[in-house]
Amino acid sequence: MAQTVQATKNIKQFLGETGELSYFAGRFFKEFLKPPFELKELLRQCYQLGNRSLVLVLFTGFIIGLVLTLQSRPTLIQFGAVSMMPNMVGISIVREIGPVITALICAGRIASGIGAELGSMRVTEQIDAMEVSGTNPFKYLVVTRILAATLMLPILVVFGDLVALYGSALVENLKGNVSFQLYFNTVFDALSYGDLVPATIKSFFFGFVIGLVGCFKGYYSKKGTAGVGIAANTAVVVASLLVFLVDFIAVFVSDIFYEL
Amino acid sequence: MEPTENIAVQTASVDQKKVVIDIRGLRKSFGENHVLNGFNMRLYEGENLVVMGKSGSGKSVMIKCLVGLMQPDSGYIEVLGKEIKTLDRETLDVLRSDIGFLFQGSALYDSMTVRENLEFPLRRHKEKIGQTGSTESRVLEALENVGLAHTVDLMPEELSGGMKRRIALARTIILKPKIILYDEPTSGLDPITSKEIIELMRSIQKKYRTSALIITHDVDCARVVSERMILLVDGTNYAEGTYLQLSSSEDPKVEAFFKK
Repeated sequence: MAQTVQATKNIKQFLGETGELSYFAGRFFKEFLKPPFELKELLRQCYQLGNRSLVLVLFTGFIIGLVLTLQSRPTLIQFGAVSMMPNMVGISIVREIGPVITALICAGRIASGIGAELGSMRVTEQIDAMEVSGTNPFKYLVVTRILAATLMLPILVVFGDLVALYGSALVENLKGNVSFQLYFNTVFDALSYGDLVPATIKSFFFGFVIGLVGCFKGYYSKKGTAGVGIAANTAVVVASLLVFLVDFIAVFVSDIFYEL
Repeated sequence: MEPTENIAVQTASVDQKKVVIDIRGLRKSFGENHVLNGFNMRLYEGENLVVMGKSGSGKSVMIKCLVGLMQPDSGYIEVLGKEIKTLDRETLDVLRSDIGFLFQGSALYDSMTVRENLEFPLRRHKEKIGQTGSTESRVLEALENVGLAHTVDLMPEELSGGMKRRIALARTIILKPKIILYDEPTSGLDPITSKEIIELMRSIQKKYRTSALIITHDVDCARVVSERMILLVDGTNYAEGTYLQLSSSEDPKVEAFFKK
């Protein structure tokens, strides 16, 4: 009985939070279209969010490229298909691994950063102070951050992909004597618009959900320093889960288009 | 002592002045916690009114309802002749430019310099500065009023608690408001800095001829700045009068506030 009550409570809480997050997203679109536009703050956020994650994305991308190639090499050699390495690595990185890994890094870095920053501003009444001064804090703080995350994520994905491919090319160059030019030519020959377009589109959605969840958790952070920690923590967890959900939907939708 | 018997203690001179804030029958609850139970208050032009109450007595909730940061459950709030509940966002923002709000924890924007903190309220109310000079001169004038012109390029983290409160006071007066709301202006400060803040409050009121509503539980602050006081007990007006009247009261609940 107690378990049923607890389960009902959890379901209610989940549905309630989903509704609030949807309302928050709706408010974003409503405020986003209304002037005044906070361009200066948007550019500052783009720089902050991009700059904050770039090194981590590059480092991780490079390692992923190296490891993927090193791990796949023996199997491809066994099947006499090592020449397919650039095609395989290129397609898997551009279509799936690059966007998802970059999004997960950004979920950890950006969503937690935004959640903690806005949560701290809420607790110290800075958001109230903005409201009282006649500035719409939702527009100034939330709209700019969600937009910045949405715009910066695809750019970070491009950097991450290129460095991952470079890592892969380095292994091939050292182990298989494949020149960098040949490696990259083979990769770009193997890639089509059908690989690039869905990956780019889903990167925008990844950025959107990361910014949205970070802002939502921070903006409605409960009072107290513990609330700031919880906001940052749950922002990472929810944003990561939503990245996988968006990825599943994106793959499902793009699969339908391939079949048509 | 019955609360209703004490509400009417007002001086004849105050009655003849213009009312700038009128609160009637204000109620606000958080679940089962009834914070405000029919609070009434009038602030007159040029007056310094102190509202005293224990922690959690609803003082801060009342002041937040006053500027539209919280929605009351019921009751009537009129500020400068406008009923808060009926105002749209634009009109409320314009009205807010006539209300300064000093937050309990200063609420300086910690990602901005002192200059940017002071410029922030001006960005949405350019028409106000247009009449009396540039943004730069407004910022410097406000900082000179609190004796901190040299801190203009510092970050809030480089300031002491007292300096932060003075900068927050400078930000409060930058739009030359008609009413200033002080939420625990001396809380968390040492006695000497508290005295400095109280002196600044007095000099600012003298210079700009503002009306002030001061929420505090600091008896020394109340003694120095108040012209009239309201004691808030159990969410309603328990006693009202001048400092002398209340401090000499024999009612145990009133006495409790003034015991050292």
